[in-house]
Order: sequence, then C-alpha cells, then structure tokens
Amino acid sequence: MSKVLVVTSGKGGVGKTTSTAALGAALAKAGKNVVVVDFDVGLRNLDIVMGAERRVVFDMINVIQGDAKLSQALIRDKRVETLSILPASQTRDKDALTSEGVEKIIAELREKFDWVICDSPAGIERGATLAMHHADVAVIVTNPEVSSVRDSDRIIGLLDSKTERAAKGERIEKHLLLTRYDPVRAARGDMLKTEDVLEILSIPLLGIIPESPEVLRASNLGTPVVLSNPDAAPSRAYADAARRLMGEQVPMTVPGEKTGFLTKLFGRRVA
Amino acid sequence: MSFFSFLSRKPTAAIARDRLQILLAHERGTLGGNSDLVAILQEEILAVIAKHVSVEREKVQIKLDRGDSFSTLEIGIEIPPGLAEKQASLKRAALRAS
Repeated sequence: MSKVLVVTSGKGGVGKTTSTAALGAALAKAGKNVVVVDFDVGLRNLDIVMGAERRVVFDMINVIQGDAKLSQALIRDKRVETLSILPASQTRDKDALTSEGVEKIIAELREKFDWVICDSPAGIERGATLAMHHADVAVIVTNPEVSSVRDSDRIIGLLDSKTERAAKGERIEKHLLLTRYDPVRAARGDMLKTEDVLEILSIPLLGIIPESPEVLRASNLGTPVVLSNPDAAPSRAYADAARRLMGEQVPMTVPGEKTGFLTKLFGRRVA
Repeated sequence: MSFFSFLSRKPTAAIARDRLQILLAHERGTLGGNSDLVAILQEEILAVIAKHVSVEREKVQIKLDRGDSFSTLEIGIEIPPGLAEKQASLKRAALRAS
C-alpha cells in the first residue's frame, strides 16, 4: 500500500527540502521504495540537495506535457538503490503544472513506489496546493519561532480544507516536524519549547531535529544528512522520524552530539 | 548595554507563545468563515458616511486591536473643513425655498 506524503510549511527556509531529502533517504535505507518529488517549479532545489543536479535531463513538466516518459525523468540515487528523485522544471512557468497532469503523475508513482514524498514550495499558492492535493500524510516542518508557527497553522487549515481527502470528507494524517531546535535555548526560555508549539498547533509530533552544523555540511556535499553522517544528531532524529512514519513506536528524544573522550580532549570532532 | 545586562534579561519564549495564541485564535475564526470581516465592515461603514459627506480615502484611519477576550475596531474619519458652514447654508437655502 503506497503512501503519498507532502512536506510542507508555508514559510520558506525552515527545512522542507532538507527534511524531504533526509526522510526520503532514511525510508529508502530501511528498504522502502521511495521517490522524492520536487514541486518548486522555477526554483527547484531538491536536485542540488540530493546531489543529482548534473544528472537532470527531463523534469516533471516534460512528463506532464508528454515530452518525456515518467521513467525517463526519474533519477535513481547513486548511494541508495531504492531512492529516486523526480526533479521540477527550472525554466518553465509554474502555470505549466496542471492539476490533471499532477494527478496522473502521482497515480503512476503510487504504482511504482511505497512512498511518494512531495517537497512543497513555500507559500500557499498553486504549487503548494498542488503538492498537498493528493497527500495521504502531511509533514509540517516548523521552526520554534513565531512566523513559522503562524504559517504552519495556516497550512494546517489548508490541509483540512483544500486537499482531495478533505473534499471526500476524510481526514489527512498530519505530523509536526520541529526543526532547528536548540534544547539549551529552549530550557533558558529564549526559544519556544516543543510543548508550546504542540499546544498551539495541536497535531502529533513526528520528531525534533536539533540545530546542527551537519545539516549545512550535508547540503554542501549534496548528500542527505542521514547518509553523509548517520551518527550525527540530526541524522538520528530523522531516522527516528522515518521509523515513526512506518508505524514504529520510537521514544521521543532530542538527540545530542556524542562527545567521546577524544572529542572532549581536543574540543572538536577528530574522525 | 552593560556587562551584566544578561543577568536581568527576561526570557522571551513565553511572550512569543502568548502572542501566537491570541493571534491564531483570531485568524482561525476569520480565515475559516467570514474571511475579511474587517475589510467588509470598513467598506460598508465608509459607504454610509460617503452618502452624506464626501470622504477622502487617505483621510480615513482604521485601527484594529485584537485582544484576548474582545477586539476593537476604530475608524477615524477626518471631515473636510467648512463642512459645517456648507451644511448651514444648505439648511438656509432649504428654509428660503419653503
């Protein structure tokens, strides 16, 4: 039974693409057949974050307009066999994204993959509503910060009213992914706590991703963080989140960086 | 900023949480049903006033303050000078005609 998941947030820059890449890679590493789909027409970035930017030949718009077959546009990841990416168009206008075209592509992807992960563009315009339209599950990426929480609340409202599931009177499964979390600042009272955000948005928590330099390192390399450094704190948090998506019960923790003897001695990572 | 200012610095997360709770309580109500209640009120109130007084758009000030238990909508309209005299002369004209 395949699942369509949308990674969305309303606000830009909170970590949608990073989270799409990381969750996709974590699910694929667990043996699932996964495709990550970029819906940000004109401002595609999933390809570069995944390190596939030089392998893009055809994109989703080519498929919608019949210039390429879906199988020609899909790029197989070189590190994890069961992971693929469907890039967005960088040059075309976002009006080229038609709802009929998207519907057809999603239906075809459902047949090929266990998980279809849609990376939504920021905002609440056409691209974002199309990305969420066919979703069974939504991951709402939120930073512990007022503008991000406000935008997430708006997106939750759209998920409950503008999606296919909502139109059929069904509920869409929603999960909160709190990113760029700093437990020390939260404890000091200088950052919204997990409980604060959960109380305001009242949706279940999928995971807490701690703020970490590893995330930027991973995007520099073009490798999802769970693959570039699987032991890093954000990688463990994403791996746990992926297991929860698969229905496993995993205790909720905020992973910290491991400080081994040598690290303490030299004050920095040695390996 | 003194060296010890960090000692007296108050935590801000609780303020953020309270502001969000008040704001979202309002947005959920207005965005869900009657989308632009304030905009509609503004238009209709101005239309009523414009029937009797010529109102310049730039001279209208609208303030909304969303509170925890109630909100206030404040509309300030600057009436053009000489309006009172104009009205008086209109009245005189009406009297003379009758």
